[in-house]
Amino acid sequence: MATRVVEIAKGVPPLSEERQVTWPKRTRTRLPNGLEVVLAESHAVPKFHGELLFRSGNAAVVDRAPGLAEITATVVRTGTSKRASRQIEEDLRRIGADLSSSAGADTSAISFAGLSEYAEPLLGLVNELARAAAFPEAEFDRERRQMLEEVKLERTQPEFLAGERLRKVLFGAHPYAQVAPSEEQVAAFRRDDLMAVYREFYTPENALLLLVGDFDSAAMLKAAEKVFDAWAGKKPQAKGTAAPANPRGRRVYVVHVAGAVQTQILAGCHAITRKHPDWVKLGLTNSLFGGAFNSRLVMNIREDKGYTYSPRSSANPLRQHGYFSISAAVRNEVVAASLAEIFYEIDKLRALPVPEAELADAQNYLSGVFSMGLATQQGLLSQLVTVELNELPQDYLETYREKVRALTPEDLLSAARKYLDSANMQIVVVGDRAQIEPQAALFGELEVYDAHGKRLD
Amino acid sequence: MKRLHIPIENTTLANGLKVVIAPATAAPVVTVGVYYKIGFRLEPRGRSGFAHLFEHMMFQGSANAPKMQHIKLINSSGGVLNGSTHYDVTNYYEAVPSNALERVLWLEADRMRALKVDDENLKNQRDVVKEEVRVNVMNQPYGGFPWLDMPPIAFRNWANAHNFYGDFADLDAANLADVQAFFRTYYVPNNAVLLLLGDVQPAEGIALAKKYFADIPAGATPPFADPSEPEQAEERRGEVEEKFGTLPAMAIGYRVPARRTADWCAMALLEQALHGGRAGRLYRELVLEKQLAVEVDGGIEDIFGYNGPTQIVTRILHKPEYSSEATLTAFEAVIREVQEKGINEDELEQLKVKWQSDYYSLLEGGRGGMPRYGLMHLLACFTLFDGEPQLVNTILDGFLAVKKEEIQAVAKKYLRTEKRAIVFRKPVNAGSPPDAGVKEAA
Repeated sequence: MATRVVEIAKGVPPLSEERQVTWPKRTRTRLPNGLEVVLAESHAVPKFHGELLFRSGNAAVVDRAPGLAEITATVVRTGTSKRASRQIEEDLRRIGADLSSSAGADTSAISFAGLSEYAEPLLGLVNELARAAAFPEAEFDRERRQMLEEVKLERTQPEFLAGERLRKVLFGAHPYAQVAPSEEQVAAFRRDDLMAVYREFYTPENALLLLVGDFDSAAMLKAAEKVFDAWAGKKPQAKGTAAPANPRGRRVYVVHVAGAVQTQILAGCHAITRKHPDWVKLGLTNSLFGGAFNSRLVMNIREDKGYTYSPRSSANPLRQHGYFSISAAVRNEVVAASLAEIFYEIDKLRALPVPEAELADAQNYLSGVFSMGLATQQGLLSQLVTVELNELPQDYLETYREKVRALTPEDLLSAARKYLDSANMQIVVVGDRAQIEPQAALFGELEVYDAHGKRLD
Repeated sequence: MKRLHIPIENTTLANGLKVVIAPATAAPVVTVGVYYKIGFRLEPRGRSGFAHLFEHMMFQGSANAPKMQHIKLINSSGGVLNGSTHYDVTNYYEAVPSNALERVLWLEADRMRALKVDDENLKNQRDVVKEEVRVNVMNQPYGGFPWLDMPPIAFRNWANAHNFYGDFADLDAANLADVQAFFRTYYVPNNAVLLLLGDVQPAEGIALAKKYFADIPAGATPPFADPSEPEQAEERRGEVEEKFGTLPAMAIGYRVPARRTADWCAMALLEQALHGGRAGRLYRELVLEKQLAVEVDGGIEDIFGYNGPTQIVTRILHKPEYSSEATLTAFEAVIREVQEKGINEDELEQLKVKWQSDYYSLLEGGRGGMPRYGLMHLLACFTLFDGEPQLVNTILDGFLAVKKEEIQAVAKKYLRTEKRAIVFRKPVNAGSPPDAGVKEAA
């Protein structure tokens, strides 16, 4: 609960008339080889940004090894049948370009940006990486050892440890439970396994090319057709995965880090994907709850109590399932107090309709920041990625704001009751167990783990 | 190569407030910034971390917009806001749908005119700042490395050498009188620039700036301590304990030439040659070829945004089986190669293309969902430090004119052992037993 009376500002100028938000025209096409291409123009600087996305990621091959799609993507950029690693890096610099390759749970991506005048050579290199990666033995070996160090390093980061444990707890036997490989799993990666993933995932039928920037769409489309035309390959076979069990009852998971001077709290529960009809409702509910600076969670545990610097909540959509989460790094003495306030705010949102004025503020916020994406190439690109990867309706960008503005206090109440699942919230706390265990135990049955995932008594 | 030209209008109000407008109307979004020419470098002695704590206080209430109202009014207008404290400036910025422009200007003017905070606000934000320091530094592997570790080792003038995030004792000692004194001294219109970027016409922007800011009285010209450093004539080294991470790390820093000199431009391109991602010489040598390092990065942080002594810093996390000295030797070999052989025309050409491309991304790029943060930052710094916002359109020329001989010359002149400082981060929990099978680099 807030302890301080909120005063109101005096003499605030009203908003003037809103200017029309016009999303740029998108050019969409599908090449004969199955590659989907989406282009949009944005002329602020003489550059462009792009993504070549594959609709398969780590989750699809987790039965072979967690992180297999990630290391595959990493090694993709280290050599092709035509260019060695050093050549690739110098060629990128020569045309002023940046490029990275990575994989998440559901996608693999080659992301790039460069000067518009060198669009063709950059697309040419992207095409080469997608079709003719050579997986040089020495590069694979080096990247594997590099990943081994990175895997060790991430186990010293409280946010990583919290996220890893929450995903295990929420998704159990489902592939989404595995966010990173262990050191042993990295050591066991084989070059052949990477090449198999590459052959399966990196095909035009499985791919989506998005380009945003300072170009003429017709000319850029021609260039893309020319570059990617001869590429061929089928969609990988989709495997069904059983839905994860939804954990019942609040439980608390302590990840012990000796000497931690702060506690990372991360609580979460099952929610929905972006394709779900309730997505916009949950988005607005989240925004009002803890997704914005002016949200209830931030105003309570930061601006009123001073427990934490950066509390936030988020609705996390993966392709098959989604989850809702709340995070805050708090000082060790106030772990219980912070959790009490978090649950107070959740339960309040589940019990009482949101006042009309607060709802209007949240609606303005969400529809305003949605349009910010228009102002930069990268911002627009990420909006397009969301639409295309989730196969959202083509008028999604144009109609999103109306949908947000149509929501009522009853919509938020029902979304909070369904998706801010107070009674079944799984609570992870990462910190020094000696300092926080008694506080954490007040919120549910306790399990304690070390940073390597080993259960402690 | 195609050159970008950004239209800019600027003026100075009677009270000394500078106003810079960069219109771009493609999206109905406007970015507003207010920069004050005071950062953590020149904060009061005995009050380390105060400039940053004060930045937090600027969100705690002003005469007509009490606590929480700044945040609420911006968010509920569909916008985002933040502030940040740098070496020589502190900024406050908002990006909003353009129909909220007047509201933002009213809020910024209200807090420039009269901050209204109390002890409870100060205690609250002191607690928040401590959690910020814990989450970013004290409870993070390699937290504060090297940006907080390096200054006390590299510099001798307190202004450059103190803890910018603040010793907790100093944060605790800060009181409301300090807050009001700092506000009266540095937060005067004649020590600030107002920036309007995006969906606003110059004439309209200037008229609105006058409407909201013209009646704020000018203050005395703020006093500034001298930040200059004595000449360095010996290598400086120091150690910091790493509590969580298992990899040994080091950072090597050299002082960079004065801003806007030919040497400075050459140093920037040399920096690109050395760091510049996977094509950079250091990454290629230490990570890709010799494979003794796990991470290598660095550069001249915020190259356009500082106004006092600064460094080019290389940050290395290396494998425990290589000793610090072996790693440093490998680093030195890369530096020596540039000093002895220079770089060739082809590499220089690549560096220039990449530099220009990066510069454009900097101008367009956002920060935390805020479009045009980079352009705002450059316009502000060029206005406050140089009195020339138009430098945004011309500063590239100096970098594109650099000759390869100049790169070799600055490598020899500035990257000298007796001019450098090194911080070693030593893990308490080493990944493998120390001194067991330590390798020398090939």
